[in-house]
Amino acid sequence: MSIQAKAEKSVPLLIILSIIVVLFGGLVEIVPLFFMKSTTQPIEGLKPYTALQLAGRDVYVREGCNTCHSQMIRPFRAETERYGHYSLASEFIYDRPFLWGSKRTGPDLHRVGGRYSDEWHRIHLINPRDVVPGSIMPGYPWLAENSVEGSNIAERIQTLKTLGVPYTDEDIAGAAEMLKGKTEMDAMIAYLQNLGSTIPAVR
Amino acid sequence: MSEYDLMSDFTSPFWAWFIFIITVGGIFWCFYLLLSQSKGDTAASHEEAQPTGHKWDETLEELNTPLPRWWLQMFIATNIFGLVYLVLYPGSAVFGGVLGWTSVGQYENERKAADEKFGAQYVNYLKQDITELAQNKEAIKTGSRLFSTYCTQCHGSDAGGGPGFPNLRDSRWLWGGEPAQIKQTIYSGRMGVMPAWGEVLGDDGVKNVTAYVMSLSGRKTAGDLDAGKEKFQQLCVACHGAEATGNIALGAPDLTDDSWVYGASRRSIEKTIIEGRNGKMPAFGEFLGEGKTHLLSAYVYSLSLE
Repeated sequence: MSIQAKAEKSVPLLIILSIIVVLFGGLVEIVPLFFMKSTTQPIEGLKPYTALQLAGRDVYVREGCNTCHSQMIRPFRAETERYGHYSLASEFIYDRPFLWGSKRTGPDLHRVGGRYSDEWHRIHLINPRDVVPGSIMPGYPWLAENSVEGSNIAERIQTLKTLGVPYTDEDIAGAAEMLKGKTEMDAMIAYLQNLGSTIPAVR
Repeated sequence: MSEYDLMSDFTSPFWAWFIFIITVGGIFWCFYLLLSQSKGDTAASHEEAQPTGHKWDETLEELNTPLPRWWLQMFIATNIFGLVYLVLYPGSAVFGGVLGWTSVGQYENERKAADEKFGAQYVNYLKQDITELAQNKEAIKTGSRLFSTYCTQCHGSDAGGGPGFPNLRDSRWLWGGEPAQIKQTIYSGRMGVMPAWGEVLGDDGVKNVTAYVMSLSGRKTAGDLDAGKEKFQQLCVACHGAEATGNIALGAPDLTDDSWVYGASRRSIEKTIIEGRNGKMPAFGEFLGEGKTHLLSAYVYSLSLE
């Protein structure tokens, strides 16, 4: 009996063979990326997130900012004119997981760092209409009230260190101290102001 | 950006060949499968087709009919398309493609085309003085577009500002309204610091100084003006000046006019005195470049001429 006839009659065999065929796609499209310098080595000057920025990143994830804001500037002139230099894989090495997003209801945020003042972000996050009248973004006023103290930030940094992010022992020891008296708003702004700042100029 | 070389980006050439063999091998494997299935023991037409032996409900049978020709030919055509693609474009990892296409190259070309179209205009604008450029209708139109993209989030689409973000349409300037000063503000940013005086002044002190500051622009509110003036002379004149007309070197506003960056209400003036303020204009020079900064300066300057 040919393998074709066997596969047609045996469901488990058909499933196994199908999986093997599909695996080739992953083998050729995903696996080599783990062995490329441009996707595995950090860009020069890339710093790991500070404890405060990391706490802000967690808030970003919790509030689902990445469902409306991408962090991925594509190499098109129309995008780089507005947002800045196109995104490079080597800028996201310390992002676990990355927050590239897939939809832009709001603008891309990859290079929002330094583009606005802290005060602007504070007003804007509480009620976006106060600075951008036509904005459809929801307000996040509770960020200014919630504290980021007392989280397990040191353990989280330790975990990232285990995964290869170059944190020092001082970073871990000082993590809880850094969050003292800070609100989620402070953390979020610290995170946003750092975004994409490794490549300030276009080109 | 230097020419991107895929081969040297891999930690080992093995991975390029790994991609090449699976990709190209996969296409030939499909070819083999298609050819092997296009002949053989399958019948030429539906009538002659033999049963496969699968039978349900007594009479329901599956027949071994040949693949439809049109379908087979289309599949072969996609395989050929795949091979042609790998020759033209960098899909096989070991070979960059005869067209020499890269995504970064495409982007650079796009920029080059834009530079050819707009570059000369910007060079021309850069040669002109900002005061001269502010009279040029064409330049101002472009400038207003740039303003819409980069500046409206804080200063508003009409450049009228908002609480904490200066109005650019009036003739009052925190950091100076001369063309060179405006350009400096856009290019390098500004950082205004009003210290917090709440603890130093105490409740009464804040009330009195607020009353005095408001009296400078002819408004009245509860508080001892003389005591307020005394404190003002001690603490505030260093930045705001003895006449309270401000200092553009520090971004200290003129307190004698009716223009208030953070709002004119007594409450907001009190808040400024108690908590201080940190007004920040981000630096845009590195991001926008010389040409756009120059044009934006001309646009902002032109607003104050209206």
